[in-house]
Amino acid sequence: MRAYQDKKNVQAKAYYNDRFYVAPQIPKDEVSTDEVFAKDVKDLESSFFVKEAYIQRGQLVVYISAKDNLAVMEFLRDKLNYNFLSELSAIDWLAKSGEFEIFYQMLSTSKKKRMRVKFFIKEKEEIKSVTSIYQSADWAEREMYDMFGVRITGHHYMKRILMPDDWHDHPLRKTYPLIGDEEAQWYEIDKIFGREYRDIIGPEERDGARIVEKDTHRFSRIKHEVPFGTEYSEKETEMDYQEEGGIPIVRKLSKKNEPKILKERP
Amino acid sequence: MQKVNKLKPFFENLVFEREDNRMIINFGPQHPSSHGQLRLILELDGELVTKAIPDVGYLHRGMEKMAENMIYNEFMPTTDRMDYIASTSNNYGFALAVEKLIDLDVPRRAKVIRMMLLELSRITSHLFWLACHALDVGAMTIFLYAFREREYAMDLFEDYCGARLTHSAVRIGGVPLDLPKGWTNSLMKFINEMPAAIETYEGLLDKNRIWKMRLEDVGVITPEMAQSWGCSGLMLRGSGIAWDIRKEEPYELYDEVEFDVPVSDRCDAYGRYKLHMKEMRESLKILKQLIPMYAETTPELMANAPKYISAPKEQVMTQNYSLMQHFVLVTQGMRPPVGEVYVVTESPKGELGFYINSQGDPYPYRLKVRAPSFWHTSILQAVLPGQYLADVVTIIGNANIVFGEIDR
Amino acid sequence: MAQHKINYLSEGGLPVALTTVDKLVQWGRSNSMWPLTYGLACCAIEMMATGASRYDFDRFGTIFRASPRQSDVLIIAGTLTKKHSPFMRRLYDQMSEPKWVISMGSCANTGGMFNTYATVQGADRIIPVDIYLPGCAPRPESLQYALMLLQKKVRTESASRKLKPKRLV
Repeated sequence: MRAYQDKKNVQAKAYYNDRFYVAPQIPKDEVSTDEVFAKDVKDLESSFFVKEAYIQRGQLVVYISAKDNLAVMEFLRDKLNYNFLSELSAIDWLAKSGEFEIFYQMLSTSKKKRMRVKFFIKEKEEIKSVTSIYQSADWAEREMYDMFGVRITGHHYMKRILMPDDWHDHPLRKTYPLIGDEEAQWYEIDKIFGREYRDIIGPEERDGARIVEKDTHRFSRIKHEVPFGTEYSEKETEMDYQEEGGIPIVRKLSKKNEPKILKERP
Repeated sequence: MQKVNKLKPFFENLVFEREDNRMIINFGPQHPSSHGQLRLILELDGELVTKAIPDVGYLHRGMEKMAENMIYNEFMPTTDRMDYIASTSNNYGFALAVEKLIDLDVPRRAKVIRMMLLELSRITSHLFWLACHALDVGAMTIFLYAFREREYAMDLFEDYCGARLTHSAVRIGGVPLDLPKGWTNSLMKFINEMPAAIETYEGLLDKNRIWKMRLEDVGVITPEMAQSWGCSGLMLRGSGIAWDIRKEEPYELYDEVEFDVPVSDRCDAYGRYKLHMKEMRESLKILKQLIPMYAETTPELMANAPKYISAPKEQVMTQNYSLMQHFVLVTQGMRPPVGEVYVVTESPKGELGFYINSQGDPYPYRLKVRAPSFWHTSILQAVLPGQYLADVVTIIGNANIVFGEIDR
Repeated sequence: MAQHKINYLSEGGLPVALTTVDKLVQWGRSNSMWPLTYGLACCAIEMMATGASRYDFDRFGTIFRASPRQSDVLIIAGTLTKKHSPFMRRLYDQMSEPKWVISMGSCANTGGMFNTYATVQGADRIIPVDIYLPGCAPRPESLQYALMLLQKKVRTESASRKLKPKRLV
């Protein structure tokens, strides 16, 4: 019987965990330790709900509520001078709490500060697109939808971006195995040859270390090469480039016209 | 045998002939000048592009998913294959992110070696950019010339780490090897030879009528556009915004070396070409300053942090505790603290960021790569409309995009 | 008028060389292998380096062609992803016979290090491959060696062989 595996989170796990090990935390500094950030947070709090704000490794992290995202972005760009949206993506917490965590990574070139705006949404919840504020969100939101299935409203061209349009499931979810589900594993065969060819072509070989010397379809042993698909033979084959005797016009390399190897570049 | 009708076009629902005299053409995903697997669906009015839809993902290999299923050190060789033209910059970006996560300082000699490799890979990347861009625009000679010098830089990489393209020469916590004997001399020779080579390229291109006609006022990106679309690196500096992460948020020893950040307010392809040339010169300047800095350092190469990083080989072989630690680190991997970091570096293409969310496990809970090329490709849909079909190739080539990085 | 006796069959008297049609045709074919510029990923950079100044692929008679109709060899240089795979099959189908395939690098051979959902685990699931070139990325020298092996393979084939439909995979 196969060992039970949690299907909700198929990410690789450490095979051994110390029972008494408690992972340390990266310190979360008070916002007041940095005056620029302190002012930013104060401004934000005056008009929006801010759940939590702290500084981690020199960058401000602000948790807001999901419905404010568009307004907060506009506020950040127009009032607080965060002129770049440099990254945007999601984190999958579905197994733990049924939520996605969305983060927007912002940069202000005038203040030379970076901050991260974060919020949680439920799996089926929709968020508003921020492409009207930062056009760079265009592809990033498409990627987020493609990889996680986060639903976004108000985007002008919501379509998969990295995976093909007819792909099944969203690959970066924790429920999705690394080597793909069945649809993924047969994708190219189904697409090119048709489902009925699955039997002829056979499943994917996922073991990178597998070697079968006698299988002349897939392997050829050096110095024992035989034509594709024929019987394996122990006889040594000749590996010279030129045929014996040579072709009249092509000269064979000999001692006489050997190339010169220089010690260093001229 | 395969039935021909099984291979239905991927774009079944596209209408290629339309009644309003517009034509739709499909450019890629396999086109000699699309710099990888970019597919563009262009709507043309005569030769004028009226609408462009870039389509990427033809090189999506699932690297972020791989990262979630690998221990931190295991992921290092995968980062090589992201921006494969300057792989050290990716290695370094990832290593720096993990070092920030575990709050680690690397020895000075490792920093110097890393910077040497970074700047050298910046030069190879720009040379490669120049070669391909010139080839696309029609200057075959430059391709051969630029590749000649690129091979010399490759020799240096090869001498150092044994690989030409995929170096993996940076480790989390330092570098694995010291510079081989005489390496700085060959580097010096390279530094001395390069300016003349750059002059040759410039002599061939700068005042070349065809080159200027094809680059000037082509692919204009205004500063507002550049900000809104999240441009970085040379694409941003080509639009007149002086923002170089090496200067603004210095990492390694970039605050100790002297270099300028060239900025151009031409906003067009020609300005960006000039920036590439200038930046190569600046890189050479940095490399030149690094050689004496290297001589002053002490020979430590890896940081001393037994919790996260294996001890030097000597200790592992002689001391019991180091061996145990090494075994645990190799089989289980390091366990960084719980938290998240977003760390940026200035890669040759632009702002390369790694976002790591760690939950205290040996595997990152989420790793997101902010690849500059991804954002520079998305801007194509705004830049291409209004340009001519022949300029599309110039604009794609000029953006310096690499598909390993875009699709990851 | 002086008479010169030339022994055409001995060495040096080369105006006439005796050979078979097979050899002549295959000599021609093997020395003008035109590959398709088919760069997919990292290996494409090494493929370009092979074509550029130092390694100079042209001396093998290989000239990169941008059209599948004009090329004989398909060098699969890089990772083949599932999204791209139909396009590769199509390019292969567009090439005219006789055609050969070099699978360059671990990714194209077996999927290599990318044992993930998005990568085709070996290009030979889609098209028949003649030469598998290991390495990640293979050096330009190894690509040249692969081509030399392919030339050797071509020379041993019969020119007028009936083109067997190649095995599906």
